[in-house]
Order: sequence, then structure tokens, then C-alpha cells
Amino acid sequence: MFFSAKQRRVIPGFGLTMGFSLLYLGFIFLIPVGGLLLYTSLMSWDEFWSAVSHPQVVASYKLSFGASLIGATINLVFGALVAWVLVRYRFPGKKIVDALVDLPFALPTAVAGIALVTLYASTGWVGQYLNVFGIRVAYSQLGVVIALTYIGLPFVVRTVQPVLEDLEAEREEASASLGASRFTTIRRVILPSLLPALLTGYALAFARAVGEYGSVVFISGNMPYRTEITPLLIVAKAEQYDYNGAAAIGTVMLVAAFLLLLLINGLQWWTQRRGL
Amino acid sequence: MTTQTLTHVANPELAARWRRATEEPAWVRWTLIGVALTFLALFLVLPLLVVLYGAFEQGLQVWWAAISEPDALAAIRLSLLVVLIVVPINLVFGVAAAWAIAKFEFRGKPILISLIDMPFAISPVVVGLIFVILFGSQGWLGPWLAAHDMRIIFAVPGIVIVIAFGTMPFIARELIPLMQQQGKEEEEASLTLGASGWKTFWYVTLPNIKWGLIYGVILCNARALGEFGAVAVVSGRIRGETNTMPLHIEVLYNEYMFTAAFAVSSLLTGLALVTIAVKSFVEWLDERNRPAIASH
Amino acid sequence: MKKILRNTLVGGLATLLAGSVLADNITLLNVSYDPTREFYREYNRAFGDYWKQQTGDTVTVRQSHGGSGSQARSVIDGLDADVVTLALAYDVDALRQHAQLIPENWQSRLDKNSSPYTSTIVLLVRKGNPKNIRDWDDLVRDDVAVITPNPKTSGGARWNYLAAWGYALKQNNGDQDKAYDFVSKLFANVPVLDPGARGATNTFVQRGLGDVFIAWENEAYLSVEQLGKGQFEIVVPSVSILAEPPVTVVDKNVDRKGTRKTAEGYLQYLYSDDAQRLAAKHYYRPSNPEIAKEFAEKFVDVELFGIDEVFGGWEKAQNEHFNDGGHFDSILENIARR
Repeated sequence: MFFSAKQRRVIPGFGLTMGFSLLYLGFIFLIPVGGLLLYTSLMSWDEFWSAVSHPQVVASYKLSFGASLIGATINLVFGALVAWVLVRYRFPGKKIVDALVDLPFALPTAVAGIALVTLYASTGWVGQYLNVFGIRVAYSQLGVVIALTYIGLPFVVRTVQPVLEDLEAEREEASASLGASRFTTIRRVILPSLLPALLTGYALAFARAVGEYGSVVFISGNMPYRTEITPLLIVAKAEQYDYNGAAAIGTVMLVAAFLLLLLINGLQWWTQRRGL
Repeated sequence: MTTQTLTHVANPELAARWRRATEEPAWVRWTLIGVALTFLALFLVLPLLVVLYGAFEQGLQVWWAAISEPDALAAIRLSLLVVLIVVPINLVFGVAAAWAIAKFEFRGKPILISLIDMPFAISPVVVGLIFVILFGSQGWLGPWLAAHDMRIIFAVPGIVIVIAFGTMPFIARELIPLMQQQGKEEEEASLTLGASGWKTFWYVTLPNIKWGLIYGVILCNARALGEFGAVAVVSGRIRGETNTMPLHIEVLYNEYMFTAAFAVSSLLTGLALVTIAVKSFVEWLDERNRPAIASH
Repeated sequence: MKKILRNTLVGGLATLLAGSVLADNITLLNVSYDPTREFYREYNRAFGDYWKQQTGDTVTVRQSHGGSGSQARSVIDGLDADVVTLALAYDVDALRQHAQLIPENWQSRLDKNSSPYTSTIVLLVRKGNPKNIRDWDDLVRDDVAVITPNPKTSGGARWNYLAAWGYALKQNNGDQDKAYDFVSKLFANVPVLDPGARGATNTFVQRGLGDVFIAWENEAYLSVEQLGKGQFEIVVPSVSILAEPPVTVVDKNVDRKGTRKTAEGYLQYLYSDDAQRLAAKHYYRPSNPEIAKEFAEKFVDVELFGIDEVFGGWEKAQNEHFNDGGHFDSILENIARR
């Protein structure tokens, strides 16, 4: 049986919490997503395939998924570092920095796009200096990566931070008193505890980046085959009243994102069980 | 345990070794802080400066005029209304889902977690499209809604639903890793000692997950205010009526009123300040209560 | 609290009753495209005064602006517009094709193909015209970067594209293949394709990208006058397209809401002398030739061709050029392959 506890536990509330969660998920999520899948399934296979396998669409998949992977990886490394620094060290202005991390969520994506292009266009605050070295950020694939890194930045920090705060110092002390070096303690004690949160943050940053639209269109240049992301193509299809084409590409993105999330969540579940 | 630690620290040589093993040398510490801050400066502070510079470039009066103009006020009101509906619902959902997932073993758990993650992964553009396909007057439920004189899209309900959809995972996703990491021993102990389920949740679980909960609410709140792509599709963009703050910003930008656009954006960045205030307040409460608990 | 609530209710009811006895409060929704914001903001005020004088009714006009195509789609999907004032007839006709919101003969219900004002496509260059751009031919030169929005998502960009195509046809005695090559070369010079007209304006004006910007005449003037005074110049090409942004009442919606009379009055008034002058003030060409004469020095006389004579109407143009698998798609594919 799916979604039912294996045996009776001491802890109560499984029925209540699970029931409410599923009800809400069903109402707010499964009905619309099911609607999309049903809508797509009413199309003929040929129509579906020709919509999703057009070279222009395939080029956009490569960009959307590739740039998202790069962005999420940057966020994994720097997000973990930022979380570590914020939880473990003291430095002036720490609270302000802590609060700023949420900015990419608070700022509407369109504003973020405008701000980023203001910075990185060849006339921009940063772009003019990069231009000297021949680096073009705005209106290139690099611009897409920058935008996707920006919008996904809070995910890793905010998933790792509470876990790190909750990590009991005793375990590190125990490790140290057993003679382990700091490096070994980090590798063998801290990192494994953080792994689920790291993976979660990575998955979320990646997933969010794949679907991002508002900020990217300002900085990417939107040239078909080169800097055009998949969500923009969906908009273009809908603009031509081609709801079928839009829904078909939307479904591909949906399924791909779900499979990737499933992979990462499955991995995390597995590492956790192995650890227990 | 505590006394043992103290004796260690009392010995200067041992204390030094102890520090080496539990914390990093100063140069490592400051390098890490430096790298982290440089990264944040490039990605967070500079864009923020662009917004603030744009907002206040022409002085406080122009800024104030931009945010006190009727259409801007209408947009702020609408955005706040949406937040007041969406955040509490997602809060209850987040706690319930995290409880079920973290405290129990059941089959299909990765699938359930992945489902909760999905709104992050679905492009806002696709979300908008889905709701138009379902509720639009050419859509499946459109004719029925029209017959009963009900409006979902191009009205407030549609905006609320798409934002609830987009922000659904935030609180749940914040709590799940935290509660998983904490395990269930404390709750089990409390229950074995005879406390009721609610009491256990209230006095044992809630204090433990407090930080995650606050983070989650802050994120959910921020995202609900900033959501753009999906709302743009279902709002109809009627000035002063169905424009949320992000849409109003877009309208201003497209009218070449850059200062006004950045002024309204600066309000949303002001949320970061609220975050600091809330966090500091909770920390203060926490510190004030701690001695009281210890004296029990 | 209860008392406040009651008072508001009673007060509201009283206003409502008083209103219906003396004069009506009518609200219209005008769903329009991006560049008309400034014009309609002023026009709505003028119409409010006029209508109050004529009928005693108070009219509030709500505005919605966005890309022409996506605005049409919103109306099709249920946005209850009383009138639509869009960038091109194809988008308005979609209301009929996809949702039967308006009758077949919608475009002949008002004068001048239901276009109270017209515009054309011109070239905006940087001050002093450093690349010496005089006509469409200069846009296919190797050293020129051209800014235009994407015709797939922007109505204005479709006019741009068709203007260039029409010019090439004229130069080559109607040879479609040569026109295809010409437009291919032009788009090979495009470094950025913004989804909407206003985004493209910002790219050219704010970001300093590109040497020439293909734009609506009214948008070009707005950039010259307001965005960067003294930084830009308008180059009027030897031949361009007559852009007719049409307007119509959305029959199904006004009949349901009982606003037909006011909505029709709203569109009729666009043809009045005052409104025509207002349109000219916002750089739209008045469709009334008498008024247009008054502004002769503002609007350069240029040879204009219509979409019907050169492309056989919007539906055909859309199918051949912009729909999936059309000329524009194949042009992009060829550029990508190079």
C-alpha cells in the first residue's frame, strides 16, 4: 500500500497529517497537473512528437537544462559555504548578510532580470570591465547561467542552515576527542549530516532554474538555437494560439523535472536509510 | 560530560589542541568568510544596489509619489491580501506534510517528496497555461463557471490559487530535512511519559523546528509577494485591479517610468529588513525564556 | 466593527440607488497593446468628459496593456473586455476565430478598416547616424547590428518583418525568393530578439545595443522625445508598410454586461476631431485626412503599402511567414546552421 504506515507507531497523527497533505496536494497540485497531462494525452502521438522534437526546441532543452545544472552546482558549492560561514563564524554585519540571502525570492524575477542586465550589459557597472577582457555576459549563454544562479541562490543556503544550526556540537567534540583531525571531522561527521539538506537544496535550485522565465528573458538575448530557453518557447507557442504545442513542451519539462527530482530524492532517501 | 570538557579546557595545551580539532584556524576562517562575502556581493548586493540606486536616484519625494499613487496602493493591497491567504494555508500544509514524512516510514516516500517539490520545477509559464486550459472560458471548466457567474482567472481567486501553487513547497521543504535530521526519539520519549499527541507537538516538536518554520514562512512570504510569471498569465493586467506588485512594476517599467518601477521594487527588498527584525525578535524571546525553563 | 460594516453597506447601497436614479456609473475595460498606454490615458479622460456632457453618465475606463497577441488570448480565455484596441487585425480576428466573440464583419463596422489611427515602421539610429543608415538596404550590411523584437511573440515585430519583406519585393519586381534572402540577411544581423516591443526599445536605448532599431513610428518618436533627448534620430525609409491597429467592441461581452451603447460611443469618439488630434499628439497618424494635414510636418510623407495588396491579408501572411514551419522559422534555422 502506498502512503500508509508500515506498522503502528508510538507517534500519532499519521492519518491526520497524511490525509491533509494529500488532500491539499490533490486540490492545489494534482488536479491542475493532471489536467495538463490529460490535455496532452488527447493529442495524437505525431502531433506531440513533432512539437517536442523540433531542432529549435531541442536546442532550448540543452540550454535550459545545461545552464540550470551549472547554476545549481555553483549554488551547491557557494551555498554550503555561505551557510557554514553564517552559522559558525562571527563577523560584522552578519545579520544583514543573513537577511539578504532571501532577496532573490523577494525580488520579482523581472526586476532581478532588469537589475542583472543593468550590471552585466557591456555598458553596465560590471559589464564594462568584463568587456575589456572580452567577456560578454549579457546576451550570451553565460548571462543565462548568471540569472539562473541568482534565482536559485537561497535554496542551498536555506536548507543547509537550519540543519547546521541544529547539529549538536557534542558529536564534533566526540570526534575530536577520539583524535580525529578537523578535516576528518568535517568529512566524516559534518558532511554526512548535511548531505540530505545539500541534496535537497541542489534539487530545488536546479528545478527552479529549469522553469525560470521572468529574469532570463531580460539578460539572455533570446536568440533561437543559441540563447532561447524552453519556457520562452512555450510562451511563443501559446502566443500563436498553439495551446497543444505549448502543453506538449510543458509536459516534457514537467516529466523531466519530476524524474530528476525523483532521482535526487530517491538518492537522499537511500543514503539516509543506509545511515540509520 | 560537561565537567570533563571543562577539565580539558582548563589545561592550556589541551585546550589549544581541542580548538584545532573543533574549529578552523583563523586564516581559514577569514578566507572562507571572504570568499562567501565576495560571492554574495557579486550576486546579491550589486543587484540590490541597482534597485536602490534606481529607486532613490531622484530623491525621496519621487520615491514616495511612486508608491503612494493609487494604482501602486491597489497593487500593494492585492499582494498583501494574497499573502494573508496563502501563507497560513501553506504553513498548515507544510507542518502536516513534514510530520507525516519525517516521523513515519512508508512506501513511496520519495515520490511524495518529489510531488511536493514539483511546483518549483514547473515553469511559472506552464502553471499559467494549465490554469487557463482549466478555467479559461474556452477551457474545460470555463463554460460551467460562466453559467454560475463565477470568475477564477482574470480575478483575485485565480491569482491566489496560482501563488498558493507556486509557494506550496517552501515551508514543507524547509521542515522535512530538519525533522528528518532530528529523528523521533524526543517525541517518543514525551509520548511514553504520557503526554498527548498535541502536547508533544506543541512542547517538544515545535521548539525544535522553530527556526526552520520561521525560515519557511519568510521564504513563502517573499515568494508569494514576488511571484510573477504565472500571475502575469492569469491576472488580465487590469490596472488598479488585478495587478499585483510585480505586475505593477512591469507596467511601470514598460511605461519607461524606471524610477517608479525601482521604487516599488525597493518596497519588496524592504522585506529583507522585516526578516532581520523578525529573526532578532524571536532570538530575543528565546534568550529571555531560556533561564525560565532552566529553573523549572 | 459591526457598526462600521453596516454603515458602509447602507452607504454603498444609498450611493448605488442614487446613482441609478440620476445617472449611471459605467465601467468599461479597454484591452490594448503596449505602445498605446500614454495615448489612452489621456483619451479616457477626454472621453469621460465628453460622455458626461452627452448623457450625464459617468464612465470609468479601466486599462489593460501587454503584448498584442497575449492580450487577445486573455480576452479569448475570458478577460471581459468591452473593447479591444490591438496592434493588428490578425489578433482581433482571433477573437472571432477562436471564441466567436465578434461577428465576421467586425472590421467593416467602423470607418477606415476600424483603424482610427495608423502608423508605420521607421528606423531609429544613434545621434549623428554614425553608420550612415538611409534605407532598408543598409540593414543587411555586414557592419550593422539591427534590433527588433521577435515576430513570433510581438505584433509590432510582425509589421517590421513585413515592411522589410515588402521593400525587398518592390526592389526585385515581386521575386519572393529574393525577398526571403533579403530578410534572412537582415535577421542574421540581429543580436538580440526581445519578446516584446517595449523590451526591444529598452535594449536599444538603455543598454546601447545595436546600430539601428526597427520600430513603430510612434515608439520611435517617444524614444527620441522622452527617453533620450538628443541621443537618437529617426530615419524614414523610402518605402514602408501602412500599419493599421484596429479597434472593436467585443459583442459577447458588452451584450452580457449591457454596456454596448457606451462602448460603441467610446470607439466612435476616436474618430472625432479632438481625439484625432490627441492621437497625432502621441505620434499616431490620424486617419482623418483633414486632421492629418494639420500635422503634415510631423509625419514625413512616405510611400506606404498595405498588407492586403502585398501579402493578401493577415491570415495569409501569418500562415506563410510566422506560423510554425513558415518562412521565419526556416530563416532562423538557416542562420543557426551557419
